[in-house]
Amino acid sequence: MVIREVIREVVGETASALSREASAGACDSTDAGDARLAHAAALAASVPDPEIPVITLGDLGIVRSVHSEAGCVVVTITPTYTGCPATEVIAADVQQILRAHGFADAQVRLTLSPPWTTDWITETGRERLRAYGIAPPGRQAAAHEAVMRFVPRSRQAAALAGSAQAAHDAPITCPNCGSIDTEQLSAYGSTPCKAIHRCLACREPFDYFKPY
Amino acid sequence: MPAPAFHAEYVLRLADSTLVLGQRLAEWCGHGPMLEEDIALTNVALDLVGQARLLLSHVGSIEESGRDEDALAYFRSESEFRNWTLLELPNGDGAHHDYAITIARNLMFSALTVPMWEALTASSDQALAQIAAKSVKEARAHLRHASEWTVRLGDGTPVSHDRMQAAFDRLWPYANEWWADDPIDAAAAKAGIGPMLASLKPAWDRTLDAVLTEATLTQPTRTRFLSSGKHGRHSEHLGYLLAEMQSLARSDPGAQW
Repeated sequence: MVIREVIREVVGETASALSREASAGACDSTDAGDARLAHAAALAASVPDPEIPVITLGDLGIVRSVHSEAGCVVVTITPTYTGCPATEVIAADVQQILRAHGFADAQVRLTLSPPWTTDWITETGRERLRAYGIAPPGRQAAAHEAVMRFVPRSRQAAALAGSAQAAHDAPITCPNCGSIDTEQLSAYGSTPCKAIHRCLACREPFDYFKPY
Repeated sequence: MPAPAFHAEYVLRLADSTLVLGQRLAEWCGHGPMLEEDIALTNVALDLVGQARLLLSHVGSIEESGRDEDALAYFRSESEFRNWTLLELPNGDGAHHDYAITIARNLMFSALTVPMWEALTASSDQALAQIAAKSVKEARAHLRHASEWTVRLGDGTPVSHDRMQAAFDRLWPYANEWWADDPIDAAAAKAGIGPMLASLKPAWDRTLDAVLTEATLTQPTRTRFLSSGKHGRHSEHLGYLLAEMQSLARSDPGAQW
């Protein structure tokens, strides 16, 4: 339910205005001062990602802003993938932690713009992913980079003979042994954001957080 | 003042097309030719349904009808859907799912949506531009997936080559619907809401040329066949798809789980 409302708010100015009106009435009048806002921001950032609980929403870079509106704390988050089922859980989790810490009227909103990118994952987040066994994402592909990558036949033969990474990719480091001698097994994995790779040095399969 | 009708209609075509293809791809869940592809197709389906939810909610807010994404997805009949016909075609013949058909359709569709979403990021409709900026990232991944499989199967064994060729031969005529612009497309383009799809044809042709050549496949000849899903006149297949997709919501309205 929560997410329905926030999605509608993202896409509908009218709905957004109506919802603000409704919530302003429900809000207590105690002003959300800077210290309270900072507290709320820290709480929201500390919520673990429901799918990959070793990293927090702060690590992922999806908490976009925390501000006050008519005395209410408003936390704005941005979804990762449009269809990611975790988005609904994330919104509910943020609401819950804020309520539990005295922000009874806190609101969670979704914004699509600017669109989330894996480049926003913090260094701490990347390190936590690696320690958990998920290779952190490479740099997000620039829009002008080729989407389709066909390996010329001569190089295909060479790639088949050797064990290397597909010719066009930046090397992906195995989170277990640090080798860059890895290959993709599947472009899609257990969550929308991950691919499945395999290390050819230590033979362990691992998840790769795809650049988005 | 309510937005002009062409605006909602233009967005509805995108919304219904992503929804219907998402539903078709979800039919592969548990039936993929291998585990990795089962996961790949359902992930692509998830992206498309995610895009459809945003787009349908946006349609509801444009038309100011009070209809939300669920009302639009579950409580409209076949003739009210505005998806392009290509996307409602079955994954194969009857119960037999054909991977070649699925891959060929995904290639044709993502080769359209990549330039389409790119153009829509500059839409005068800000909410639509925001949806486009996210969707284009997902469409690029779908195009990569479909192009790699087209090459792998087209330039594979004689059997996989022939099946890929047959799939393109069969689906190709349905692309004509995109290039046949109508007053809705023209009005949307004039208002800066989105491109006329015919303007994306050169980009689409370049993509399909490159992939089919690499896949050792022959580009089918263009025919005069013209499907009409975007006007609500569908093939016989959409009704069955909707019956399955809508049955739960209609038998238990407001169900939550």
